[in-house]
Amino acid sequence: MAYSEKVLDHYENPRNAGSFGKDEEGVATGMVGAPACGDVMKLQIKVGKDGVIEDARFKTYGCGSAIASSSLVTEWVKGKTLDQALEIKNSQIAEELALPPVKIHCSILAEDAIRAAVADYWKKQGGG
Amino acid sequence: MLKLPIYLDNSATTPVDPRVAEKMIPYLTEKFGNPASRSHAYGWEAEAAVEEARAEVARLIHADPKEIIWTSGATESDNLAIKGAAHFYSGKGRHLITVKTEHKAVLDSCRELERQGFEVSYLDVQENGLIDLDVFKAALRPDTTLVSVMFVNNEIGVIQPIAEIGEICRDKGIVFHVDATQAPGKLPIDLATLKVDLMSVTAHKVYGPKGIGALYARRKPRVRIEAQMHGGGHERGFRSGTLPVHQIVGMGEAFRLAREEMGAENERIRKLRDRLLDGISSIEQVYVNGDMEQRVPHNLNVSFAYVEGESMLMAIKDLAVSSGSACTSASLEPSYVLRALGRDDELAHSSIRFTIGRFNTEEEIDFAVKLLREKIGKLRDLSPLWEMAQEGVDLNAVQWAAH
Repeated sequence: MAYSEKVLDHYENPRNAGSFGKDEEGVATGMVGAPACGDVMKLQIKVGKDGVIEDARFKTYGCGSAIASSSLVTEWVKGKTLDQALEIKNSQIAEELALPPVKIHCSILAEDAIRAAVADYWKKQGGG
Repeated sequence: MLKLPIYLDNSATTPVDPRVAEKMIPYLTEKFGNPASRSHAYGWEAEAAVEEARAEVARLIHADPKEIIWTSGATESDNLAIKGAAHFYSGKGRHLITVKTEHKAVLDSCRELERQGFEVSYLDVQENGLIDLDVFKAALRPDTTLVSVMFVNNEIGVIQPIAEIGEICRDKGIVFHVDATQAPGKLPIDLATLKVDLMSVTAHKVYGPKGIGALYARRKPRVRIEAQMHGGGHERGFRSGTLPVHQIVGMGEAFRLAREEMGAENERIRKLRDRLLDGISSIEQVYVNGDMEQRVPHNLNVSFAYVEGESMLMAIKDLAVSSGSACTSASLEPSYVLRALGRDDELAHSSIRFTIGRFNTEEEIDFAVKLLREKIGKLRDLSPLWEMAQEGVDLNAVQWAAH
């Protein structure tokens, strides 16, 4: 499988890999995928009092494209409001990373991870 | 300097030994005759070379040269043996027995026979990859005519109990075929004592050329097969087609070298395999697939928990290995061999098959160990599953959102 330069770059140098402390204020977590499908993504966002995403972290079990998609998303959500983050579409991720058709599901999973993290944040804030 | 990627996929194929290649070349240029040409010296010379090679193949497996039929490789040998024997004895019965972990050449030949109305029992294996003889005995029926079991498994390297199965088959008058593709040169094969009727071998796993193999067909007691390739009646009618003399010469030389060198070579390879295993066994949650005792020294198949297969292969691209859970496309399909071993958590594993050969060195193994330790650590640092496992979460109890 030939990977694009950008996928290789994110794979070799993942951005914002890791986890926030569970009890840190403003932290919400989205976990999507399943081990049986070969991809599990965990995306964490740290939201400031002004509703802007200050920071993000990811951990991904999956192929190079899945790792790159989640790494890219952590860069993109930073500085965005939750509503702006929800506007990130899988097609933009796929285009940026030049994902081949068989890897589009990785970008869909990354989009799902953003939704799951935002939903978790709203839930923690009392049902939003 | 090491040449990268390091070739540790010798069960896929081996390089041709330079001594083999050297012996083959004259048969492409000066000694190009057709061994079927009986009227001149070119033909006689080619025929002599073919017979010398036939004797070498027979010697390694303790057979009579008259019991060796040249084919294009083990896939053809498997097809010829299984379809040929099933058809010949179809008047006697139409039930076959094989094993779930066989090579596709055997399984697909059996599937084809099922389409033609034969019945096939596919035996399960134990967790160590070996068949249970009681399970085998229970599958035998009065109309069973053919049993096909591989000698050495291509993915996990385990050695099936061929001697015991042979005794049972001979006792019941059932033809016994063995796919021995991965066996010659890796363990002693004595067909003078093993009660094997048909056996498939190939050259390109033994440092010979691709495109040439053989089927052993026992003469005493005589096993009968129906030809699958019709034509000029070559190979006593069992397999028509002009003999590729240069490849046959290569296979003969490869089998001769295997006979002379396998003792020392396998000890050296065993040490390299143990060095590899020692080097990676300090990594947490590494599991060996398949029995370690009943196993050829060349093979090491290991699963690394919480690391996904494709990212693993990407991380170790400096090693030419094959992945047990080959998710080479959108569909992630764990190997049917590993699945047959029954590991329930196998989907969260990535399995790598390392197969060591004649030309691997200690330096290469050390490089592989260092790379594996580094990359597995890196991928686990990135893995949410590893993190959860470290926190004591039971991954089987988690409700995953399957997609």
